[in-house]
Amino acid sequence: MNRPAPENWSTRIGVILAVTGSAVGLGNFLRFPGLAAKYDGGAFMIPYFVALLLLGLPLAWAEWSMGRYGGTRGHHSAPGIFRLIWKNKAAPYLGVLGLIVPVVIYMYYVFIESWCLGYAWHYLTGAMDLGRDPEAYKSFFAGYTGIEADASIFAGFLGTPLVFLLICIALNFILINRGLTRGIELFCLWAMPALVVCALLVLVRVLTLGTPDPSKPELNVLAGLGQMWNLNAGGKSIWEQLANGKMWMEAAGQIFFSLSVGFGVIITYASYMRRDDDIALSSTTAVAGNEFFEVSLGGMITIPAAFVFLGAAGAVGGTFALGFNTLPLVFEYMPLGRWVGFLWFFLLFLAAITSSLSMLQPAIAFLQEGLGLTRTRAVALLCGVGTAGTLLVVWFSKNLTAMDTLDFWVGTFCIYLLACLQTFLFGWVFTPQRGMEELDRGADLRLPRLFGFVIKYISPVYLLVVFTAWAVQDMGDRIEAFATDPAVRWSMIFLAGIFVLFLWWIRLAVKRWHSEDRIS
Amino acid sequence: MTLGGWIIMLLSVGGTSGFFIWCIARVLRPPDKTDKLHGVLDTELEIEEKERQRRRGEQER
Repeated sequence: MNRPAPENWSTRIGVILAVTGSAVGLGNFLRFPGLAAKYDGGAFMIPYFVALLLLGLPLAWAEWSMGRYGGTRGHHSAPGIFRLIWKNKAAPYLGVLGLIVPVVIYMYYVFIESWCLGYAWHYLTGAMDLGRDPEAYKSFFAGYTGIEADASIFAGFLGTPLVFLLICIALNFILINRGLTRGIELFCLWAMPALVVCALLVLVRVLTLGTPDPSKPELNVLAGLGQMWNLNAGGKSIWEQLANGKMWMEAAGQIFFSLSVGFGVIITYASYMRRDDDIALSSTTAVAGNEFFEVSLGGMITIPAAFVFLGAAGAVGGTFALGFNTLPLVFEYMPLGRWVGFLWFFLLFLAAITSSLSMLQPAIAFLQEGLGLTRTRAVALLCGVGTAGTLLVVWFSKNLTAMDTLDFWVGTFCIYLLACLQTFLFGWVFTPQRGMEELDRGADLRLPRLFGFVIKYISPVYLLVVFTAWAVQDMGDRIEAFATDPAVRWSMIFLAGIFVLFLWWIRLAVKRWHSEDRIS
Repeated sequence: MTLGGWIIMLLSVGGTSGFFIWCIARVLRPPDKTDKLHGVLDTELEIEEKERQRRRGEQER
């Protein structure tokens, strides 16, 4: 039977940048600062770093370890790797989560990616000069994304939002079709340094703003940094702030989603490492890179920039509100704002495309090794499935209902499930002893031995507490929405169809792997 | 900006930047081990070599 030719990363810096690129996204520059500002600035950083040490790093190491273990035995997808690790008939089928999660997230993420590219283009051509009325930016965003009515962006079929969406879809599939080293690795080797340069230029611009309006001396850069980092921004003591359970939950969620653990991507990327390659230092560097982008760049840009021009009331908001409504208004006030706006949205585009590329690789690896397809056929098949999902998201665009539904059930719920499953597999089936052996082989960094204990006992409990608290808080509304909103129902039906399709493919792959086992 | 804010900012930004720079410096350090990754070509050569050895073994048998 045909097996795809073995692929490996060609350079260590390439794999580190690819994994970091997969993790760095809009959340680093928009969600993290928004959360930190929401929870009284600096106090948020304490649960944030606790979650990094007890959840983020251990899960990342576990995924790298299991991924490399599977890869050296010829498997690069979650179903194949889970089957190797756990000799249970259900194991490969549970691996469906490692395929569904990245593919479905790709379906809506590429739409957001196209907004970033579109906004960057509008800044470059000077078309984003909408004046200083905040409503103008909200209205532009609503029209651009189709929030006002379902399928409204199809009104002028070749209007700019659709053109940018098509460009993004084409770019993703062209790059992924070029393969691991000539596509993903080469692109990340170029895009990640460009992302750093763009972010540093924007950072320098923000930190040198001083007091832009002399009539409002209280709105200055230092006060903006204070809005982000002060411990008592809300007038509460540090202990009162730390007693807020929701802050701990959201900090853990941020670490979790930001590092892309539980996505099914790291396990696939790590499977392309060779048997004696270092994975301990590489995985730690990828985590450190993500934290650098999030804390050192995202934390220093977004909130101070918004505060300096709009005050404390303007420096709050969710990812989309902050990124696409507030910041364009800020750029309008800012000297050289048009160019800073271009750099900002271009860096968001680069952050988004390095993530979306990584979301396609797990399914392609599976289609190749499980169904025996050539890379080009696997890419074509996935392009069809992915574009169908993107069309659903674009069609049910009113209040971004389809995107929100997929993000909730797959981008949050399934990610928690997959992370719980991987923690169980690593801690209780693969065992931390074997995991440490895998991490130690070829290692350029000795990882703390305490990791085995943390991943076996502490991380699962931490994860389950966060998962349960999240489910109790959010699940009721979602179930109600299913009963009342047709767009939610259609999205769920589509999701069920995708699940069935991938489970069927896994069944075919299992048969194929069984016959291969018998032959060997 | 308060003293607490300065401390948190310097620890957070300095800590994450320092951690990242330390990791990158270790990755880029030139000792022999850093160049352990191999490209597709190396892999193919290795597979061909193994295949040759297998055939030789079969012929000898």
